Amino acid sequence: MNNYSYQKIMERKNEIIKKSVGIDYEKFRTGGIAFDYEKMMQEVGYSIEEVRKIQDEVSVGRTPLVELKNITRLVRKISKPGKGARIFLKDEACNPSGSFKDRRASLSVFHAKKNGYEGVIAATSGNYGAAVASQAAKRFLKCIIVQETFDSQGIGQPEILEKGRACEAYGAEVIQLSVGPELFYYSLVLLEQTGYFNASLYTPFAIAGIETLGYEIAEQMWEKEGKFPDVVVVTHAGGGNITGTARGLIKAGAKNTEIVAASVDLRGLHMASDSDFNRKSFTTGHTGFGVPFAVFPDRSDVPINAARPLRYMDRYVLVTQGEVFYVTEMLAQLEGMQRGPAGNTSLAAAIAIAKELEEDKIVVVQETEYTGAGKLPSAQLTFARKMGIEIKRGDPLKEDKPGERIVIPENPSQIEFIELNLFDLKKSYIKEIMKRNNKYKFSEVEIKFISEDIRLPISETIELIKITKEEI
Amino acid sequence: MAARKGDWVQIHSTILKPQERSEHLPEDTKNVPFEMRVKGFLVNESAEVGDYVEIETLSGRKIHGKLIEVNPKYRHDFGEPVPELLKIGIELRKILDETER
Repeated sequence: MNNYSYQKIMERKNEIIKKSVGIDYEKFRTGGIAFDYEKMMQEVGYSIEEVRKIQDEVSVGRTPLVELKNITRLVRKISKPGKGARIFLKDEACNPSGSFKDRRASLSVFHAKKNGYEGVIAATSGNYGAAVASQAAKRFLKCIIVQETFDSQGIGQPEILEKGRACEAYGAEVIQLSVGPELFYYSLVLLEQTGYFNASLYTPFAIAGIETLGYEIAEQMWEKEGKFPDVVVVTHAGGGNITGTARGLIKAGAKNTEIVAASVDLRGLHMASDSDFNRKSFTTGHTGFGVPFAVFPDRSDVPINAARPLRYMDRYVLVTQGEVFYVTEMLAQLEGMQRGPAGNTSLAAAIAIAKELEEDKIVVVQETEYTGAGKLPSAQLTFARKMGIEIKRGDPLKEDKPGERIVIPENPSQIEFIELNLFDLKKSYIKEIMKRNNKYKFSEVEIKFISEDIRLPISETIELIKITKEEI
Repeated sequence: MAARKGDWVQIHSTILKPQERSEHLPEDTKNVPFEMRVKGFLVNESAEVGDYVEIETLSGRKIHGKLIEVNPKYRHDFGEPVPELLKIGIELRKILDETER
């Protein structure tokens, strides 16, 4: 068996990660499954003032908060009298590489440079790759981006191909892989061989970098309207976006703002399936990441994930692929902004939510992303059709079938959401902990930790543990 | 097609054969190898597509694999006009126009 075999590398996993992230995660553990989350964020992370200074150096952040006046007008037209909240959008596409991911990357790359690493590596098929590549270019570090790009037929997902192109444009080496979780294994091989910094999406740096986004939303809204937003809708995948944004809002004083997570509904498609890979028209912001990372955050590429979505989620809603393509067209045609598509997941959800709220309420869509070849609805739908997916106009909530049919709404009244029951997710979280650790009894410290990690009072947490144990 | 030293090329290699892959995989993924494609500058004096070659990548690493393309092109594009999308703007503007009246 050679030194780089799957087994050998996985045996050295902890050692490789420790060296490549520079964090001794063990010191934050407080017994059993518990760890001190805030201590980790404080000791390893940077204060919001430091983060802002670092991001200002590289022109990241301070993006415009745009009121979507025509979309708000449209929503009021289709809502009951007096309903139809104002919708604002944080135009994160204005960041250097075109998405909020620059915030995450800016801090990771700064930290890598400060600690003398020669380069950075990130395992990501998303906008984060371009962000790390762009920041590495600014800070004069080498960069390797590892992507899941192709199926076994060698067919690449157009959106991921575009993101790979962007990485190369910033001078990064792009490793394009076929479908499978072994992407993590191969990233470890590269980290060990190069000695580069692991710019993981899930370190405290990556999360602290997003806190400025929530902070700016609170500040800008206060300046514009003299109040904090009533609702902030966040496109949810790995959990970093919601965690960082919510933490930033809280730090700015917006403690009563409702945080809504939104994902594209791809339930039924298997994320590690070679044949399902190119039957998805969204490569991020979907349930394939959103649900598993909510119920078990520590599936990430670091021992303790700093993204803890259930700590911050007030609601979790799903929208369909067809609705997101529809609102992507809407944003271009009514507001003159070509963005997306994945970042517009929260826009679709925000429209559905705004319909139910009073006119004086304010809903903020928390991000946009750059668009172009491979990413546009026309690019994705042309590809989907070639892959045998049916595309039609109709009622998405009734007719959508991930992997088989994409349904574009016939009118804006058909923009609705599916609400996931948060209590069920919290139960799944406990189930995951029990199954993965083969552990059914928890100490007081562990119960307190779980209660914080799923945001449930201690008494209810104890009750939920009891119910879950009986069910297993 | 022939490539010369210094040409921008793409190579392919198999990282894990099906039997070497992770245990927890869906059947369809388990049955196929785990593959990689990387671009870089050709190190060999010359080579033909299909040859086993060495490249220098953008981060300066030297790696080996089978040459699959010389001057690899970006083939993703803007897609074709999609009839299901074309009228959305017109429809939405009409709803707003009626509001104005």
